[in-house]
Amino acid sequence: MTETDKNIDVSVWRGGPSGGSFQRFEVPRQDSQTVLDVVAWIQQNDDPTLSYRFACRVGMCGSCAMMVNGEPRWTCRTHVDKVLKNDRLEIAPLRNLPVIKDLAADMDPFFDKWRKAGGVFHPTKSRNDPVEEISPLEEERQNANAGIECINCGVCFAACDVVAGNPDYLGPAALNRAWTLLNDTRDCGSQSILAAVSQGGGCHNCHSMGNCAHFCPNELSPMTSIAGLKRATALSILRSGS
Amino acid sequence: MIRPHRSHPLWLAFVLHRISGLALALFLPVHFWVLSLMLTDRERLDGFLLLTENAVVKLAEFGLVFLLAVHIFGGLRLLAMEFLPWTSRQKTAAAAAVGVSILVSGTFLFQAI
Repeated sequence: MTETDKNIDVSVWRGGPSGGSFQRFEVPRQDSQTVLDVVAWIQQNDDPTLSYRFACRVGMCGSCAMMVNGEPRWTCRTHVDKVLKNDRLEIAPLRNLPVIKDLAADMDPFFDKWRKAGGVFHPTKSRNDPVEEISPLEEERQNANAGIECINCGVCFAACDVVAGNPDYLGPAALNRAWTLLNDTRDCGSQSILAAVSQGGGCHNCHSMGNCAHFCPNELSPMTSIAGLKRATALSILRSGS
Repeated sequence: MIRPHRSHPLWLAFVLHRISGLALALFLPVHFWVLSLMLTDRERLDGFLLLTENAVVKLAEFGLVFLLAVHIFGGLRLLAMEFLPWTSRQKTAAAAAVGVSILVSGTFLFQAI
């Protein structure tokens, strides 16, 4: 990366579970600089006590999501050029999650809700059975394929206003996972998934604001998955009569 | 000011649906009360009906028809989203609901003036 003579005025949220405030840093502007590069520069050159989370740096692991100028983003793939406003950046931990320290959010509630939404695979075969042949052309497989590239970054969870207003709401990522499993013909837990996603805080709490689909860095549409779950649960009730 | 994570068409469609629903919920009891005057106090009802000749009231009626139309078409959009096969044109559907509502309420206004 080439350094330029410009600096970025960066406000970084510092603090812990009980609260905190923004601290300002001057970071040299560089070509092709990502928001994660900015955070790393501060930690390596200005304040080594700054805490944040990252792993792969290439948009695979889903560890580095943060709020950037008020929007949830995967910071390793977000170029500073695209989000800079008046040479300023405001970086904060992911919204709707407890903070561990500085920019590191506690992801436990996010993954707890994955399990609560029935997101654990329910196998129909053992390792001794032959591998089942699945046609990629089947409608159900295509529905599942549309949602399986989720990297669990928590961006949709942070973007969702229903999550912010209802602590029991399972959230877009967990419901998207449930939808992919429901469409997976190798999974035999469809009734338990439908029961899990129609409980209080389930798919019917979604107000279809579309923040999840708008911000998903992998361009998935949890809103589509949730609409599918709403349809599936309604049909299930009509079919069972209760 | 709308916070950055909310500045996109479907969030605005959500807010419009909520605001129109709340406004209609406030309007309907008053509407039914005015209608009840037909049975209880006809002179007072006539007084209310004369108000509709006022330009400000006509403008308010335009607003009311818009709220009603945008709530109906927005609601149909949501029902279609949740019960019909998925289409990726959700922003277009939201824009169409607002467009049709403007057409309906605009037609009402032009007929009224």
